[in-house]
Amino acid sequence: MKRTNELIVGLACVAVLSVVTWILLAVGDNMSPGVTPFSRSVYELHMFVMIIVSIIGVLVFAAMFTSMILHRKSRGAEAAQFSHSTKAEVIWTVIPIIILVVMAVPATVVLIDMEDTSGAEMNVKVTGYQWLWRYEYLEDELDFYSALDRDSNYARQIGSTLSPHEVENYLLEVDNRVVLPTNTRIRFLLTADDVIHSWWVPDLGWKRDAIPGMVNEAWTLIEEPGIYRGQCAELCGKDHGFMPVVIEAVSPEEYRAWVASMKQESVASENEIERLWSRDELMAHGETIYNAQCATCHQVDGSGMEPAFPALANNAIVTGTIERHIDLVMNGRNGTAMAAFGQRLEAQDIAAALTYTRNAFGNATGDMIQPAQIDHLQQQFKQNEPEGGLASIGQSSP
Amino acid sequence: MTATTAHDEHHHDQPKGLKRWLYTTNHKEIGTLYLIFSLAMFLIGGAMALVIRAELFAPGLQLVNPEFFNQMTTMHALVMIFGAVMPAFVGLANWMVPLMVGAPDMALPRMNNWSFWILPFAFLILLSTLFMPSGAPASGWTLYPPLSLQGGNSFAFVIFAIHLMGISSIMGAINIIATILNMRAPGMTLLRMPLFVWTWLITAFLLIAVMPVLAGAVTMLLTDRFFGTSFFDAAGGGDPVMYQHIFWFFGHPEVYIMILPAFGIVSEIIPTFSRKPLFGYTSMVYATASIAFLSFIVWAHHMFTVGMPLGGALFFMYATMIIAVPTGIKVFNWVATMWRGSMTFETPMLFALGFVILFTIGGFSGVMLAIVPADFQYHDTYFVVAHFHYVLVTGAVFAIMAAAYYWLPKWTGHMYDERLGKIHFWWSTIWVNVLFFPQHYLGLAGMPRRIPDYAVQFAEFNLISSIGGFAFGIGQLLFVWIVIKCVRGGEKATAQVWEGARGLEWTVPSPAPLHTFDTPPVVDDSVTAHKDELKPQIPA
Repeated sequence: MKRTNELIVGLACVAVLSVVTWILLAVGDNMSPGVTPFSRSVYELHMFVMIIVSIIGVLVFAAMFTSMILHRKSRGAEAAQFSHSTKAEVIWTVIPIIILVVMAVPATVVLIDMEDTSGAEMNVKVTGYQWLWRYEYLEDELDFYSALDRDSNYARQIGSTLSPHEVENYLLEVDNRVVLPTNTRIRFLLTADDVIHSWWVPDLGWKRDAIPGMVNEAWTLIEEPGIYRGQCAELCGKDHGFMPVVIEAVSPEEYRAWVASMKQESVASENEIERLWSRDELMAHGETIYNAQCATCHQVDGSGMEPAFPALANNAIVTGTIERHIDLVMNGRNGTAMAAFGQRLEAQDIAAALTYTRNAFGNATGDMIQPAQIDHLQQQFKQNEPEGGLASIGQSSP
Repeated sequence: MTATTAHDEHHHDQPKGLKRWLYTTNHKEIGTLYLIFSLAMFLIGGAMALVIRAELFAPGLQLVNPEFFNQMTTMHALVMIFGAVMPAFVGLANWMVPLMVGAPDMALPRMNNWSFWILPFAFLILLSTLFMPSGAPASGWTLYPPLSLQGGNSFAFVIFAIHLMGISSIMGAINIIATILNMRAPGMTLLRMPLFVWTWLITAFLLIAVMPVLAGAVTMLLTDRFFGTSFFDAAGGGDPVMYQHIFWFFGHPEVYIMILPAFGIVSEIIPTFSRKPLFGYTSMVYATASIAFLSFIVWAHHMFTVGMPLGGALFFMYATMIIAVPTGIKVFNWVATMWRGSMTFETPMLFALGFVILFTIGGFSGVMLAIVPADFQYHDTYFVVAHFHYVLVTGAVFAIMAAAYYWLPKWTGHMYDERLGKIHFWWSTIWVNVLFFPQHYLGLAGMPRRIPDYAVQFAEFNLISSIGGFAFGIGQLLFVWIVIKCVRGGEKATAQVWEGARGLEWTVPSPAPLHTFDTPPVVDDSVTAHKDELKPQIPA
């Protein structure tokens, strides 16, 4: 009689808990299956393990609830006095081990595939900075930075008049997208310049830390054209939440066309460096660059955020000698969040930003810095760099 | 010589007022100090969590700037881990371990005083960094370099505070080990010890093993930051990833430091309210020891994404998965203890049952996180945040709540208000799930952790989570009120307090007098909670 009771109540608990579990799994968001062979394997692994643990949960909790319903003092239950059963204990040691092995086998297979980065058709080096990404296409010799787009950056400020809901892809859009060809085995080389970042696009199925002084490897093969969004996943300072990754996957033909157009732009940029800029041009371009690159810390009005981020209005360095100011902006300051912009920005951007800060916020030095001046310093720096450069980096990693 | 002076010679004069608490070497008073301190830190850390949840209520930045947000996430973790959970367990150990093993006091009473009184100063220093020009630490409680090294001079205060906490923990652990190994009453053999004592003995060894490792790691950060060394700076020949290995060699055992005593508490409470001996006592002890051992060889599962060799990743994955076996044994044993018992559901039992179910959910997500390829997706997302809050809030904190309700009558001599206790349980349980369950979804949908603002597709679940957070937080004020009410008065508690309670602590009157077991009790199987036949020690 009692046993039947336990069985009936137990089955009822299993039924109720199954429904509850199913609802919990159905109402919420789930992992994206993604668009690469790896991301699909990960998704399947995730579902497999989640379903197994859900079943175990339903059974264990059903036993608990059955006991709570039937074996209560208020129902007149008398306490049994057993306190061990070797058979039961062996069973619930061995069965979990078997279940774990069943989970470990596919996990191992998928991981081995993931870690094999050989056979890459192209290599992209990704460098994390506070708080933007740099992408270098090693074969196609492209090199650009990718930061949070202007609208998101505007909307995210405290007291902003622009609501995040009005910005398309709020916080998940960048100024320069990473364009990649589909159906191509792409190897990523990941590193960082300042602190640890982590490069993550959920649709690719993985994230990998970008660590200063180390180069990590990972690979992908995107099967479907589309735009895939992600963001930095490792706390990297105040704007950690504001350095998205946006991949635009296109057919190999479209990719070639994109590479060609990028090359043309870069030639146009060369010409910009060589010509003499007017004061108005420098100030106008400088304001744009300043607001995009500098204002998150030093603020749009140059008031800074003391003590971590000094004010630039009336700043001793900004209003002091040009050489010292250039040196600080190009080489950064160790141990602070002030990054080295020397290799990060184009010569005309640095020249304009310098000119702007020396003549804005009430700073009236009257100085003008020409792109050619900065370009000269950049060339000097490049000559002093060790031989090998980018190409050798990938091979040095284990 | 009168009887009074003879008594005074034995137990010194009680200083009054503040001095009484400052000078006390009594394990019960120090236990009380620890518990009050822990409760205060729980409220401070909780207030910080509410700042986080308030900012995350809607997309966009409304209340705090990102730098301060990061200070809140960092300080919330440090305060909750080192200020709330760990001192609560040490407080419970102080109060209960001597009572449970039949010792008159802790083995090293003066050191006991010191190990407590370091803590308020440590936290005064840590919290004072919030008001310093360079602000509180903002690099996450893990203090990963190089980010942590970008902090200002207040960083030195943080490290000093961590050193003090470590010293306090190590002294507490030494004291607990010395008490358990040397001060047990005659007949209290190791395998007759209550499981709470066993779990604390093992926890204390973990503390002694890993707190110095943390001290070493943060000292290297200190010299990197202020004295020009490059332990963790690749440009100087160091390695930022080495810090993570050292930190998590501390950090993973630390996780079990915060859960093993909780296992002990639940293993005391479930048999009491099931009126049935603990199922599988010996396997519980071995499972605890196995978990402790495994905790030393799984640290790198916190850092699968740093890029480790395939062999390393596989080793840490398998080792981590194995932990599910002893943990599963514990859960099954608790269920088997309840099975065919004669259960009642007073507040301690409710919290203990809540613990078993919700901690197990945290364990399930833990198994999922162990699967390396899947971890490449889960890592550093809200899925992880949901996971560790299930094991720490509905795990460790629920067990501490259960312990407080279970032993409050013994401490105060009064029964707490059972009706309010039950309201507290149901309120907490409902809202804590509203708070943390949606965070699983957020993580799976791609929301990274430690971000002050998020894309609009995460808005709904963040809104729900924040509502749950505020409701859960406010509900804890009820707990404070229940404790105050219980201290002030209430129904008189008997010595045994609970009908099914077994063990030495229930043989002393309620409230437990300041000095107990001056003459060691004689222990046999009849007083232990896990004996096959229940022979009531005290007639009910």
